[in-house]
Amino acid sequence: MNPALTIPAFGPMLPEILMAVGVLVLVLFGAFRGERPGYGMSIIALALLAVTFVAVLMLPGERVETMAGSFVIDGFAKFMKALTLLASAGGIILSLDYMRREGIYRFEYPILIILSTIGMMMVISANDLIALYLGLELLSLSSYVIAAFDRDNARSTEAGLKYFVLGALSSGMLLYGASLVYGFAGSVSFPVIATVLQGNVGIGAIVGLVFVSAGIAFKISAVPFHMWTPDVYEGSPTPVTAFFAAAPKMAGMAMATRVFIDCFPGILVQWQQIIVFVSIASMALGSFAAIGQRNLKRLMAYSSIGNVGYALIGLAAGTPEGIQGVVIYMAIYLAMTLGTFAVILGMRRGNVMFESIDDLSGLARTHPALAFCLAMMMFSLAGIPPLAGFFAKFYVFAAAIQANLVTLAVIGVVTSVIGAYYYLRIVKVMYFDAPVERFEPMSPGVSFVLVVSSAVVLLFWLVPAPIVNAAGAAARSLF
Amino acid sequence: MLGFGILSGLLILPLVGAAFILSLRGDSEAARSNARWAALATTIATFLLSLVAWARFDIASASFQLVESHAWLAESIRFKLGVDGFSMPLVLLTTFLMPFCILASWESIGTRVKEYFVAFLVLETTMIGVFCALDLVLFYLFFEAGLIPMFLIIGIWGGKRRIYASFKFFLYTLLGSVLMLLAIMAMYWTAGTTDIPTLLAYKFASNLQIWLWLAFFASFAVKMPMWPVHTWLPDAHVEAPTAGSVILAGVLLKMGGYGFIRVSLPMFPDASLYFAPLVYALSVIAIIYTSLVALMQEDIKKLIAYSSVAHMGFVTMGLFSMNEQGIQGAMFTMISHGLVSGALFLCVGVIYDRMHTREIKAYGGLVNRMPLYAVVFLILTMANVALPGTSGFIGEFLTLMGAFRSNTWVAFFAASGVILSAAYALWLYRRVVYGPLDKPALQGIKDLNRREIITFAPLILLIIYYGVQPGPILDAFAAPTDALMTSVQAALATVKTAAVAAH
Repeated sequence: MNPALTIPAFGPMLPEILMAVGVLVLVLFGAFRGERPGYGMSIIALALLAVTFVAVLMLPGERVETMAGSFVIDGFAKFMKALTLLASAGGIILSLDYMRREGIYRFEYPILIILSTIGMMMVISANDLIALYLGLELLSLSSYVIAAFDRDNARSTEAGLKYFVLGALSSGMLLYGASLVYGFAGSVSFPVIATVLQGNVGIGAIVGLVFVSAGIAFKISAVPFHMWTPDVYEGSPTPVTAFFAAAPKMAGMAMATRVFIDCFPGILVQWQQIIVFVSIASMALGSFAAIGQRNLKRLMAYSSIGNVGYALIGLAAGTPEGIQGVVIYMAIYLAMTLGTFAVILGMRRGNVMFESIDDLSGLARTHPALAFCLAMMMFSLAGIPPLAGFFAKFYVFAAAIQANLVTLAVIGVVTSVIGAYYYLRIVKVMYFDAPVERFEPMSPGVSFVLVVSSAVVLLFWLVPAPIVNAAGAAARSLF
Repeated sequence: MLGFGILSGLLILPLVGAAFILSLRGDSEAARSNARWAALATTIATFLLSLVAWARFDIASASFQLVESHAWLAESIRFKLGVDGFSMPLVLLTTFLMPFCILASWESIGTRVKEYFVAFLVLETTMIGVFCALDLVLFYLFFEAGLIPMFLIIGIWGGKRRIYASFKFFLYTLLGSVLMLLAIMAMYWTAGTTDIPTLLAYKFASNLQIWLWLAFFASFAVKMPMWPVHTWLPDAHVEAPTAGSVILAGVLLKMGGYGFIRVSLPMFPDASLYFAPLVYALSVIAIIYTSLVALMQEDIKKLIAYSSVAHMGFVTMGLFSMNEQGIQGAMFTMISHGLVSGALFLCVGVIYDRMHTREIKAYGGLVNRMPLYAVVFLILTMANVALPGTSGFIGEFLTLMGAFRSNTWVAFFAASGVILSAAYALWLYRRVVYGPLDKPALQGIKDLNRREIITFAPLILLIIYYGVQPGPILDAFAAPTDALMTSVQAALATVKTAAVAAH
């Protein structure tokens, strides 16, 4: 960087700045336009996301720090930001028709999504503890509000409140941990912490590390900080659940990776135990607890807990291959989760939404294409080749084997077989059981998301190289 | 053809047929008929293409042929296909059996006809893929991908307990396979590639071999299936529709044996030698125990399923005797069993289509109304018992000879299985075909129709032809068996020298 420059370089922050300016325009536009129904706000928001997506892709690939070192951009940040933007766009597209039909359309919805997305992008690029916390709070506060977006519905408001109370607690823990880390390392900057905390560090720094991990685990809904997930997923309006299952997960995993790899590389041995435990617990709980679920959204909550466990296997390895695995896992998980929620959003007769597994009964007879897509999503989530989910698991497990975490890998594959049972149950209900009434045709936005994600899941094995190579480059940029 | 060779063609052709059937609109009788004819045409075209591949195949060579390699996951994990003398006959077996499966499903499948044939064609692609894959990740991909269509075939078109059977089939085989996946990864990090020809030349450390062998064994033993992890097979067989049973017994079971000969024996020779007694024990138990269990069955399909487990016991025994006779006999048994058990399940399908029951008690005296059927069933029963003159005999004789060379006790016990198999098979035949025709429901039963005769004729001809003329198949196995023996002996010799040097 040019030391003569006194004002920080804004170039690397261009996507965030674009989003921030755009969201202000959106607020003004919405305020003048009022509560008139229509797709205007959402379309502008989508255009904003698209422009930002292009801006992210045009960022330089090499590592650049700016804002006095508190903001960093590298290949990893680029890739994860692109994923996050796609996830947010999915959240908006899926909501287009739903909000209007349910009578809960407010112009704030796209605005809150965009605000939350800015927070996510901040988190992904944060290079010190303060910037991390700022981004995290922006992300979280917007999320609490959209969880309760169906404000006259008791379940939705309960979801928002629960999310808020537990989220605030976890933010507090993260902040407490950050203060301890600062106290023992003497700096909030990740590179400085990384050089100071090496080898055998004091117990205080370890306690700080544990608290920071707890805060992160909450955000990615990893066991034992997962309790909010099923309730929030079930209570929130379905497009919001889809958004929660996709976008914050991308940012959360990116944040976890950034913190552990960039900030605590010197004490890998210490945090590796934490991640291994959290990963095993998440995979086991995600597999076993989902077996008894009847509600699809709750089931997807447990599924997402399990999937975070698998992604964490890559992080536990702590190697470039492991991070590559995490990145690939998140990219494929994004397609699987958006596709599944698109199907859930398609389960509608009249003005009634259906969410139970039994409502899918005989779907293969009434809606063959829909059933086929959902079946492929389920087989993919179960990790059966040649679907994309297999490759996601392949890379994280391969990294674990390379890093000699054989026990973790064995537990992982065994839980994935147990998890396969409940994914198969959905296929069974759709294909083996007697049909019930037809659902209404899907809205165009939902079908679009479903078609795109199904294409990714189904055809990934034919041309895996682009995503795999991009993820490899992204992962290497961290080391 | 854009760098795609004949093996890619074998993989793509069934998928093209499946896509065509999917594109058919409506569920009218015309659409169903189109789906049937399209499936038949596709499978026959695939078979013809595999014959072209066979014509271009040089049996004298032990190396991989018709190789094609495309960029895939990474430079060291490629989309690589190729066949050698072990896999080529299995590819032919697969493509040969498929048209019969389609014919067997012609009338018996009345619901969701299009989906049924699509599932079958996709299944064919995955089966061919397993035998053609020259990359372990690709091998695993096809190995597992076959679970999806088979799960649907059992679960949608199966019998009363189809859901239980389909779940058991799926989860059982998946649990075995995931450990194999981890082993593949460990091999990748050790050898730096998953390319099978490279790995065949790579020497893994002895202690690593033990673990890798066990992980692969978990998968192949379930798929084979070996005692005591065979319990999914009778359930899956009983509940699957006729064609599903044919393909299950004819081809899917061969994947385990193929895996042993492609991976376990050549890549982990030390571990294979180390574990050979275990495999012998399990094989002998499988042969004797499952034959005894077969004696007690009241369901025809279940009886044949247990007899399959017993025959697979001969295969594993032959493979791990690690001599020419044993290995060639095991491979021959696989091919022969593919034809015989496939045809036997078709035979059961014939009477099941008429009476809708598989209970042995419900039949008796069929020879009076169905003379042709009685002849067909008799020949197949004799082939199942391994009567000289049928293909079953060659395989069993060679495996027993191979076992005798390496361990006489194993051969002694396994030979008793031959007697037991005669007992259950002949008793089944007596109860179903002979005796008085006193069941009222059977009075109007019709003999084989033309479609069924067309189905059985080629199978029976081949069974007898290979029984008296086993040369064509054995010649194909000869070259790769020699290569395998040489490399295994060389590997074992170095171990022995090292052991001697250590003392």
